[in-house]
Amino acid sequence: MTEPLPTGADEAAASKLSGRRRYHPLALAGRAVAPLPGAIALFGEHVLLLVRALAWLFRRPFRLRLFLDQMEFIGVGSLPIIMLVGFFTGAVTALQAILALSLFEQQRYVGFGVGISLARELAPVFTALMVTARAGSGMATEIASMRITEQVDALTTFAVNPVQYLVTPRLVASCLMLPVLCMGFNVVGLVGLYVVAIISYHIDLGQVLALFRWGVDPIDYAQGLIKAFFFGLTMATCACYQGLSVRGGAKEVGLATTRAVVSTSVAVLVLDYFLIQVMNVLFPYGGA
Amino acid sequence: MPGDRQTRDERWQIRIADLHKAFAAQQVLRGVNLDIERGKINIIIGGSGQGKSVLMKHLMGLLSPDRGHIYVDGQDIIGLSDVAIAKVQRKFGMVFQYAALFDSLNVVENIAFPLIERYRLPKKEVLARVRDLLERLDLAKVPGIEQKFPAELSGGMRKRVGLARALIDRPEILLYDEPTTGLDPIATKNVDQMIRRTADEFGVTSVVISHDMASTFRIADRIAMLYDGVIVASGERSQVMSAPHPVLKEFVETSGTVRFAGGLS
Repeated sequence: MTEPLPTGADEAAASKLSGRRRYHPLALAGRAVAPLPGAIALFGEHVLLLVRALAWLFRRPFRLRLFLDQMEFIGVGSLPIIMLVGFFTGAVTALQAILALSLFEQQRYVGFGVGISLARELAPVFTALMVTARAGSGMATEIASMRITEQVDALTTFAVNPVQYLVTPRLVASCLMLPVLCMGFNVVGLVGLYVVAIISYHIDLGQVLALFRWGVDPIDYAQGLIKAFFFGLTMATCACYQGLSVRGGAKEVGLATTRAVVSTSVAVLVLDYFLIQVMNVLFPYGGA
Repeated sequence: MPGDRQTRDERWQIRIADLHKAFAAQQVLRGVNLDIERGKINIIIGGSGQGKSVLMKHLMGLLSPDRGHIYVDGQDIIGLSDVAIAKVQRKFGMVFQYAALFDSLNVVENIAFPLIERYRLPKKEVLARVRDLLERLDLAKVPGIEQKFPAELSGGMRKRVGLARALIDRPEILLYDEPTTGLDPIATKNVDQMIRRTADEFGVTSVVISHDMASTFRIADRIAMLYDGVIVASGERSQVMSAPHPVLKEFVETSGTVRFAGGLS
């Protein structure tokens, strides 16, 4: 027998002592699924925001300048960092591929290996993650600050819909600019490959090129670009959602930014898995 | 009394009847009844968390109540469609607590924002109206003001630009959300003068929510006190002060402005 608790009210402490109730399977199952309704609701709210932003795209007034501003911020602004990361991604992947291929004395396959990795996976995912770190966090911070300084309320008082004014341009710009940046990443990644494979490892350029052209199809690039498009959609939705739902002060703005970056990064990787499954059905792999 | 009209409809621009609002389990407004007089400075005072901002957001149509009515010029604005409410909103100009200027737009773009969003006016006319307002609010003499961004302005200037933005569409009613919060005594006095001058010069009905008793005594025509979700006292300044509600009395006494109150002892 356990001692009765002095207060007799603390159920958690009571179950800890009795030991039998702690492992009740239903209670355990209940605790395991407890966060689920919240997660589903959160997902639903993201989808709702996305749908509303898309619906506002087709309603007057059309503010072209807002779209161009965002395209500049997301696209042109992210270009340097994408170039830098793209170069080193290509170079590092080439280094590791050469190491692995040298086991079989088949280093000439490096062009094919790095090319296809960049096109299908590395370029879209790394582009999405880098743009999230730079532009996604910026979006969340900007909208969150506008929210707490009542600028979003001010928009409403002038009969301007905040979703149309703030979310729609960012959504469209992200969807359009991410594939462009992804393509830039690919090009610069191949430059990194060239520097490592041809210049420092003296692998024959003709063979590398021939195997690259044999193994990498335009459809591989198309898949990467389609993925980048959906990653852009995800990033803008997550970032704008976190920005708009902030309440409080400077601390909450920081938290919203953190949540935006984390949720986008996770969402991009999870979505990547499902997109690959869809792509495998749509474009059966017939490369190598 | 000057400006006192014969018919009640002429006199009261806004009538709030039995307004209730709760957030989750928290009852914020518990039956607010209040009349706002046309062309006067109507000040709603109350402590923090008594529902002043919530009341103001209802006036602007930013929140909808659980129960009750708000009549603007005799028209009930509760339950109107988005289009109809946007039409009513044009009668209002809102001066936010910290101005709420758009960071990404310069002074001219900020002031012109309501015009550009609501109408298709030629650029020249918009600019002319912006410049006219800058002139009338003593902002024109600040060098390079037109191209400045909100971050480059002082707190007082930001407030005046916010007022200009609220005035550009020639509203009938101006709402001020705690206009003197966070200002030093001299800046407070300037804002008070600005509210008085705007009311006189533009002939607008002013609704000010505030907890600053000193400025209330300086400029109020009418005073209403919001306490615990209801209006506990309202009327002409002298009338309210001649027999103050106990809460109002305490508010005045602790704010150290008894000598301004006149008649309160």
